[in-house]
Amino acid sequence: MSNILAIAHKELKGYFASPIAYIVVGFAAILFGQFFLGLLFFFDRSQLQAGSGFQGPQAVNVNEMLIGPLFLNVSVILLFILPLVTMRIYAEEKRSGTIELLLTSPLTDMQIVMGKFIGALVLYAAMLGISVIHVGFLFTVGNPEWRPIATGYLGMLLMGGAFLSFGLFISSLTRNQIVAGVITFAVLLMFWIVNWTASFAGTTTQAVLNYLSITGHLDDFTKGIVDTTHLVYYLSFIAFSLFLTVRSVDSERWRG
Amino acid sequence: MIEVQHLTKRYGPTTAVDDVSFTVERGEILGFLGPNGAGKTTTMRVLTGYMPPSEGKAIVAGYDVMEQPIEAKRRTGYLPETPPLYPDMTIREYLTFVARIKGVPRAQRKARIDSLMERTRIVDLAHRQCGKLSKGYRQRVGLAQAMMQNPEVLILDEPTAGLDPKQIIETRQLVKELGGDHTVILSTHILPEVSQTCHRVVIINKGRVVAVDTPDNLTARVRGSETMFVQVDAGGADVKTALQAIPGVTQVTGGDAPGTVASFEVNSETGHDVRRDLAATIVRQGWGLLEMRPLRMSLEEIFLHLTTEEAAHE
Repeated sequence: MSNILAIAHKELKGYFASPIAYIVVGFAAILFGQFFLGLLFFFDRSQLQAGSGFQGPQAVNVNEMLIGPLFLNVSVILLFILPLVTMRIYAEEKRSGTIELLLTSPLTDMQIVMGKFIGALVLYAAMLGISVIHVGFLFTVGNPEWRPIATGYLGMLLMGGAFLSFGLFISSLTRNQIVAGVITFAVLLMFWIVNWTASFAGTTTQAVLNYLSITGHLDDFTKGIVDTTHLVYYLSFIAFSLFLTVRSVDSERWRG
Repeated sequence: MIEVQHLTKRYGPTTAVDDVSFTVERGEILGFLGPNGAGKTTTMRVLTGYMPPSEGKAIVAGYDVMEQPIEAKRRTGYLPETPPLYPDMTIREYLTFVARIKGVPRAQRKARIDSLMERTRIVDLAHRQCGKLSKGYRQRVGLAQAMMQNPEVLILDEPTAGLDPKQIIETRQLVKELGGDHTVILSTHILPEVSQTCHRVVIINKGRVVAVDTPDNLTARVRGSETMFVQVDAGGADVKTALQAIPGVTQVTGGDAPGTVASFEVNSETGHDVRRDLAATIVRQGWGLLEMRPLRMSLEEIFLHLTTEEAAHE
């Protein structure tokens, strides 16, 4: 465990010693703000319309109409940003030769992979933490329910973890950061849009495609529902990706 | 301390290391000598557990590097050809990280790092970023890294490559000091380094061990025959024939230069000391014996000799 923490600590230090952490967290903050502002104006207008009774919904719910969509919008940003975080994780170590230090130290492959994953997850949590400002602001002017918000954050953490673990795996396959970034982005995008064709397919295919969709599983979390289906999906996604990463690091030794 | 048995490593169709076996005793400094691409780095990478062998096995400090990698790695320090530094970390941060992953107990970390920085003379640079260090300092930080957990075995891949002469002398001195307490394998393609620092030499070429011996024995072994250099003032007389007549002499070369003073190289059978006969013959003829000295083959020549001979066999 202390080995895992040592690696995670080193990874985090690496993010904050280079511009990466500041750029990722900074731009995420700007984008969050923009999304939040747009949704807030939209919510405001809906509320007016609901109040005047002409059209639109009869009553508006700040959780359903503002916070839920905010999470879904933020998940779009993740699709772009997280591959940029993970693309360097292994590629950089291979390029600079520091992988030799890690692989010849008394560490197991599992400890190295877990350490790197936790390091990236903490950076992501910091980035997600920015949105607490926006959500917190709503508590000062309204009275949103906190439970769907908590589950929403849980969902975001799980989905981000899935993105990161997959990116980590792709990074372990190559020493070229651009290649790692592009492949991660493309595959995650595939997981994103895989259910777009679902409505045109047969029942079984439709069910499979919907289940595969990485963002489809986030919806319920933002509504305050913690469904084990979704938990199992994200956790098994993460576990499988990390397992593949460990195998990939191991096979690297054999291939030389 | 280190036992390598029939080690073979293939990368696809190419064989980088081919059936290499050798042992290193506790406290010994072993030189690993060979041209670039001979398989030195690959062998070292197998010993450090960085990569598994295709065949054969390696036992380091009593642990099979494949069966019990963690135990073996705990007892091994490794300095790769390029010191594995994180450019964004300062030297102290880097060494602290290394101490953590090498399992140096928290209470001892600071003292250990301080003493290593002292020993490798990098104390003044503790807060300098690793990415901004010169080659010589990178190498020193790399050495400090390798020595971190005071390992029984140290494996140093070209520790003096790219250093200036003063740094090379310092590094060799440090390595010499390490022998005795530690078992050291160091690779190099610079020959004087081997004779100056190592107790024993493994010469490797094209993945095969060509010779294992002490630097002195290697010299003697390769020489096969002994060679004397002789300079004679004979006033143009036929010295060559006279020398060739001496029992034990196998070949006489040289003496072609014009003038009264002629130089010769006299080969003789091993173990047959012809110096007395040479001197007596020359003096008896009334010639002047100006110089006579044994010609020892330098390691450099041995190396060329061994590796080119190996190529000729194939």
